[in-house]
Amino acid sequence: MGRGLVAALWAFAELLITFALCALLFVGWYDFYNPWVVGVHQQATAAEQSRLLSRQIAASAAPSAPSRPAGQAMPSAPAGSPSPAPLGAAPAHAAPSNVPVMAEPGRVAAPIGVIYIPRLGDDWRRIVRETVDTERVLNSVTAGVGHYEGTAMPGGMGNFAVAAHDIGYGNSFLKLSTLRLSDKIYVQTAQGWYTYTFRNFQFVQPSAVDVINAVPAVSKTATTDRLMTLTTCYPAVFPPLERAIAYAEFEGFDTAAPAALASILAKDGS
Amino acid sequence: MIYRALWRLLPGPPFVRVLILLGLVAGVLVVFDQWLFPWVAATFFDDGTGTVGGPQG
Repeated sequence: MGRGLVAALWAFAELLITFALCALLFVGWYDFYNPWVVGVHQQATAAEQSRLLSRQIAASAAPSAPSRPAGQAMPSAPAGSPSPAPLGAAPAHAAPSNVPVMAEPGRVAAPIGVIYIPRLGDDWRRIVRETVDTERVLNSVTAGVGHYEGTAMPGGMGNFAVAAHDIGYGNSFLKLSTLRLSDKIYVQTAQGWYTYTFRNFQFVQPSAVDVINAVPAVSKTATTDRLMTLTTCYPAVFPPLERAIAYAEFEGFDTAAPAALASILAKDGS
Repeated sequence: MIYRALWRLLPGPPFVRVLILLGLVAGVLVVFDQWLFPWVAATFFDDGTGTVGGPQG
């Protein structure tokens, strides 16, 4: 073989090795480094937003209710119910009728509130913003969870539907499928704290848009049910051919922070 | 060949060359992290980002 050919082959081999290293680097970046960096930012901005919301809740609750009646206590979950109720069935307990519900902001990336899901991690909290815009909401270091436009707002009748990544950009819902029956999901807005109770999973095609219906898979018309749908990719490999859907049911509203979040809120100073 | 040529192209004693190389690698990593990888992720690995009814749906 001529010298020139050997040199050319060497150069080509080095290029291939360089490309392989870059590809490996990308995988490491996408699966580990970037989710970690973005996740840390998302947690921090959520803590900050939560402090702000806590002050707003305190400010609006103080003048209107000088002596808040004890009737605000949350209704307890249907203890001992044999199995999760089928979709569309009436909840086992009456939802309170005096739940304040914020108006949908309607603007891309407008803030809605902060979501806490203790099952996803002791420190897990994310800002939820309007729309499921990839760049400005789901990938954003100041969000992570997006609210499907046109679905109900927290505490509202219908379906409060949100989405987040499983792997990538903060790994927000990576552990979504570890939720267990009756796990709590807390949503904080400027009005107060909404508690939802996890009920069941569904695994669907990415095209199954009926999971965010007012009554999932059944009807686009809201009933008196107050539901929540959380969607993410599944499984956690590329390409994720399915979506993991978690359904939750509204349990109650309170202007006081849930006792279960006392330690994380104390740490955040809110 | 490519890397040997790069090594010969760099000025100074080996110690200085290593320092320059480290700087170059750091610069490349910053460019990858800030621009190249986000672009690759959005262009080739847009998986619907956890939503239903998204790009794939």
